[in-house]
Amino acid sequence: MAQEVLLNVENLVVSFDTDRGKITPVNGVSFQVKRGKTLAIVGESGCGKSVTSLSIMGLIPGANGKIEGGAIEYDGQDLLKFSGTQMRKLRGDKIAMIFQEPMTALNPVYTIGNQIMEVYKLHREMSKKEAFDHALAMLEKVKIPDPKQRMREYPHQLSGGMRQRVMIAMSLACNPDVLIADEPTTALDVTIQAQVLDLMKDLQTDLGTSVIFITHDLGVVAEVADDVVVMYAGDIIERGTVFDIFKDPKHPYTQGLLDSLPKSSDTKNEELQAIKGMVPSLFDLPQGCRFKDRCALAEEACGESSPELEKFSDTHEAACFVTSRNNAA
Amino acid sequence: MVGYIIRRLLYMIPILLGVALLVFTLFTTVGEDPVRIALGNHASPEAITELRSKWGLNQPLHLQFLDFLKQIITFDYGRSFNTGEKLSALFAQGALVSLSLTLPPFLLAVMLNVSMALVVAYYRGSIFDRFATAFFIMAMSISYLVYIIAFQYILAFQFDLFPINGYEAGFRAIPYLVLPGIIIIFVSMGPDVRMYRTVFLDEIKSDYVRTARSKGAAEPRVLFKHILKNAMIPILTYTVVAIPFLVLGAFLMERFFSIPGIGDLMINAINTGDFPVLKGLTMYIAIGYSIFNLITDILYAYVDPRVKLD
Ligand SMILES: Nc1ncnc2c1ncn2[C@@H]1O[C@H](COP(=O)(O)OP(=O)(O)OP(=O)(O)O)[C@@H](O)[C@H]1O
Ligand code: SF4
Ligand SMILES: [Mg+2]
Repeated sequence: MAQEVLLNVENLVVSFDTDRGKITPVNGVSFQVKRGKTLAIVGESGCGKSVTSLSIMGLIPGANGKIEGGAIEYDGQDLLKFSGTQMRKLRGDKIAMIFQEPMTALNPVYTIGNQIMEVYKLHREMSKKEAFDHALAMLEKVKIPDPKQRMREYPHQLSGGMRQRVMIAMSLACNPDVLIADEPTTALDVTIQAQVLDLMKDLQTDLGTSVIFITHDLGVVAEVADDVVVMYAGDIIERGTVFDIFKDPKHPYTQGLLDSLPKSSDTKNEELQAIKGMVPSLFDLPQGCRFKDRCALAEEACGESSPELEKFSDTHEAACFVTSRNNAA
Repeated sequence: MVGYIIRRLLYMIPILLGVALLVFTLFTTVGEDPVRIALGNHASPEAITELRSKWGLNQPLHLQFLDFLKQIITFDYGRSFNTGEKLSALFAQGALVSLSLTLPPFLLAVMLNVSMALVVAYYRGSIFDRFATAFFIMAMSISYLVYIIAFQYILAFQFDLFPINGYEAGFRAIPYLVLPGIIIIFVSMGPDVRMYRTVFLDEIKSDYVRTARSKGAAEPRVLFKHILKNAMIPILTYTVVAIPFLVLGAFLMERFFSIPGIGDLMINAINTGDFPVLKGLTMYIAIGYSIFNLITDILYAYVDPRVKLD
């Protein structure tokens, strides 16, 4: 059965002008989000996950950021060709986003109720009373205790987990087609993390939302994702279904990420293998494969040109010279 | 809330006591002898003794200080050394004049400057913003005096739009107050707009602004609904502490436009060694400052739900 592609990102390039020169944190990224499915974008800090998601929202800061090229097709239309007004109509209604920082993402001087009702005010013609009832229903949906009371409270009166639930309620208020969740649980305690993840999964099943789930935690990916793309320093270096990635990781970086996961089946705590070395600075990228300074398999050829994504199956691609050669042999 | 206010008012007592002690010490030890200033160098010893006892200066210091405290509590600082007028009447009259000089331009300036800063922040980074920044820096680097003289010369003298200076009681004062008012607004523009613009631009970087945009809010809504209320917190601090100084009037303005406000009163008192006037005014400034600090804190709690007064 062919799955319907809802959002298609093609060769997206985003650059920033900074004091120290121009950087390209997103360097030709392509992926597809299928209707009702979850795509996970995985990668270490600074690899361009947030910049990618802000590009989809049309929120790359105009002062120093620029979308250099590519296309973001939603429902058959290229969002990069949309006017400001068109994008604004879409944002919060058809495409919504939850942010990394629950503690600061809400406006401190307005009540929870006010902030959720604002979404209806912006996108739906309804009376204040209706907006209030809808907002209250959303708070019930995200299982916040005492929702009526919460409507009147301010963000500082809520815990991080509760604030993230409010963000979820707000982002799903208009039942969007696509929800971008940018590390929604990273800032939360482990137990709270699990609760929020469960909640998001339930809501997704309920509402049929497509989700782009951004994280640097492969453990979370296994729980939520249908498809996975792995990013490294602005490039996608591997993509596949969640089974492809976990059963048969092709890229040494993906393998490294998987090796650094604690295995729940092990009773004794086996030493975790973090990938040695550091992500290269975007101001000073190595020639050829960007992973080569940290890669155990690196060869001379890896420093000469950049590997392109190559197909290993209908769903599975990776960008690594050595893996490709071994596979061909 | 009421409990908080009462507690804050009680805290003011030791502070004001300290100020009173300081003022008293300064005026009894440092300044020139007011009796000598009043009578001149060739007065007879009898005249000096007589004036001394009339002003209560022959009493022991601790009694003089108690007297001063009594004056503070009763808001009655006695009479002017110079004119013999009752100070309470003198102060009330001067404060009214000073306030009618400074309050209307102050309020207008806050509204005007906040709006201008919002517009400039909205067009941040554009040619318009850069032009405005350059203009305000230029305006700031010119001295107050230049504005006074230039405005007086052009608007009052050349075009005869306003009286050059002077004052009349009651509503007839208005024509005399317009020109200094315009200058006060004009001079406040540079520093205030730049300060408010910085505040707005700091807020624009906040996460909640990104959230508002992600909800689909348009830029004017982001500015006027989301940013403005958050920005009111630093703006309040900057603005409310300026209020007690309004009563003092703009010293320069009152001098140059011959307006008989508190500033004028104070400068005359300094020139003539009229200590009761100076002591009284200093205490009023201290009290005003403390009270407006309290008002600022109450206003904070009003705009910022995170601030709890208890
Ligand atoms: N407004 C900006 N101006 C300049 N550089 C930026 C800007 N926003 C992001 N960057 C840079 O782009 C790179 C990618 O940032 P991004 O926020 O997308 O990383 P990330 O993958 O989301 O990381 P994290 O896991 O820490 O959230 C970083 O090097 C960052 O410094
Ligand atoms: S291309 Fe070379 S350096 Fe890059 S991941 Fe593959 S083996 Fe390592
Ligand atoms: Mg990020």
